[in-house]
Amino acid sequence: MQVNHTKKLVTNLKRGTIIRGKWNGTQYQVIQKLGEGACGIVYLCERNGVYTALKIGTDSSRIITEVNVLKTFQKVQGKRLGPSLLDVDDWVTPAGVTYPYYVMEYLKGQELASFLHGRGKEWLGVMMLQLLSDLEELHEQGWVFGDLKTDNLLVTSPPPKLRLIDVGGTTKIGRAIKEYTEFYDRGYWQGGSRKADPAYDLFALTMVMMEVAHGRRFERGANPQQTLEKKLQQLELLKPYRRLIKKAWHGEYSSSYEMKKELSSILNGPSKYKMMENRHTRVSRRKEARKTSFAAAELGVIFLSLLLFYFLFSIIAW
Amino acid sequence: MKKGTLKQILLLTDGCSNQGEDPVAIAALANDQGITVNVIGILDDDQSEQPEGLEEVEAIAMSGGGVSQIVYQKALSQTVQMVTKQAMTQTLQGVVNQELKQILGEKQTFEELPPDKRGEVMEVVEDLGETCDLEVLVLVDTSASMTPKLSTVKEALFDLSLSLNARSGNNRFSIFCFPNKMKPIHKLMDWTPELDGISKVFPKLASGGITPTGPALKEAMYQFGKKSLFGSMKHASEPYEETGY
Repeated sequence: MQVNHTKKLVTNLKRGTIIRGKWNGTQYQVIQKLGEGACGIVYLCERNGVYTALKIGTDSSRIITEVNVLKTFQKVQGKRLGPSLLDVDDWVTPAGVTYPYYVMEYLKGQELASFLHGRGKEWLGVMMLQLLSDLEELHEQGWVFGDLKTDNLLVTSPPPKLRLIDVGGTTKIGRAIKEYTEFYDRGYWQGGSRKADPAYDLFALTMVMMEVAHGRRFERGANPQQTLEKKLQQLELLKPYRRLIKKAWHGEYSSSYEMKKELSSILNGPSKYKMMENRHTRVSRRKEARKTSFAAAELGVIFLSLLLFYFLFSIIAW
Repeated sequence: MKKGTLKQILLLTDGCSNQGEDPVAIAALANDQGITVNVIGILDDDQSEQPEGLEEVEAIAMSGGGVSQIVYQKALSQTVQMVTKQAMTQTLQGVVNQELKQILGEKQTFEELPPDKRGEVMEVVEDLGETCDLEVLVLVDTSASMTPKLSTVKEALFDLSLSLNARSGNNRFSIFCFPNKMKPIHKLMDWTPELDGISKVFPKLASGGITPTGPALKEAMYQFGKKSLFGSMKHASEPYEETGY
């Protein structure tokens, strides 16, 4: 368990390398690198014609911590949160170095930003609604996702479905958040503690929206809260969600369900709490209605005059 | 396992020691006394990744049983909390490893366990990390070249208390700086559970070119013993002190 300072991350496994488990003897053939995280590297592998994602690291304790979380997710009935766990083992390299790894189902998908690119504005809201449903499930099981960020989201399709992929930050409710990324962290923006509660994830979710709308992450500046408010005001894409986002920033949602309900009512058109912003559209709609009645009146006038003409004409002809 | 206290020194520096005892040796001494030494080397924004003198950073942390990291100022906050937490896990794993050896034999370590058992052990380590008490003595190098970095340091330390105070266990922090004209280290903040008052404590000092890291570390080590009757020296060789309630 002593941290081995000389053990380097296995960053360059060649295509075709065989990873054989020390305990189970299961073999995986490396196809290509998929990504790199703080505690390991994910490779696309193949076993008996099936693609899998294999995460290999140096620090056994961190790998095992993630495995523990993934195992809890498997226990959850019904809905699947995160990728399913297939195997846990150690790989002893030909040079005799032992590396811990685990194997997950391979989720093929697109990054959120590239998925949203060129699609209608409503997709952001729909994706966030899906994310809130998953978070709700997770929170009900007593967990907080923690390191929620665009890198840890994947859109699989069809049908388009947002999936959570890296569980490294997942923390039991009430504990200190295990892993976070500053831009998404409530503490970094001086919006509250780093204790795991549902509102922590909801804050991070709004920052996913901010990043997507802004196109990139940004610095907090001297006055973090003000920076956020200003950016939110500038981002046209987020206009319908301004109130929702601000409420999440101020910790006004104690559960994902509350936030989901409000987001859903925004997406489903006008509702009671949107009255203020909707007055404008309703007024114009009334104008439109007036326009239609004008048109009807005009038609009536034309019809009547035609009738009159016909009358006059027939009198003259007669 | 009973509730206990972890003791750490967090050294923040940007250069190599050049006076007094070898800090690598002092770190070994501290580690032997049950104190973990973590070191963070802070780079100037225009510095390359491999500046001279910063090799010492890794050497001190290794012999102090702790974690080291060399970072640019921008990443300091996130690094400080990560290094502290990582060192906690490492120490706790060390303790658990000792227990495993006692139960299962000399050769049995965490990494030799089958993955299933490893998962169970890790849950215990995690629980300990969340609930144990922690004492962190922050030792800041305030020599001339560090002066422009001190506001970042301040921010990072405040952030550290935010991270650690999210745990259920108790925390105590103290802050010392070096060099000092009269003594090896100078106390900026006495043992306290919060670092709220941190903005006031940093002096605007620009000392000369001396960096007596070794003597400073040695003096820092003694600060753990001073604070109470039941200080750390009682179970000097125990890295994880059991307070027995």
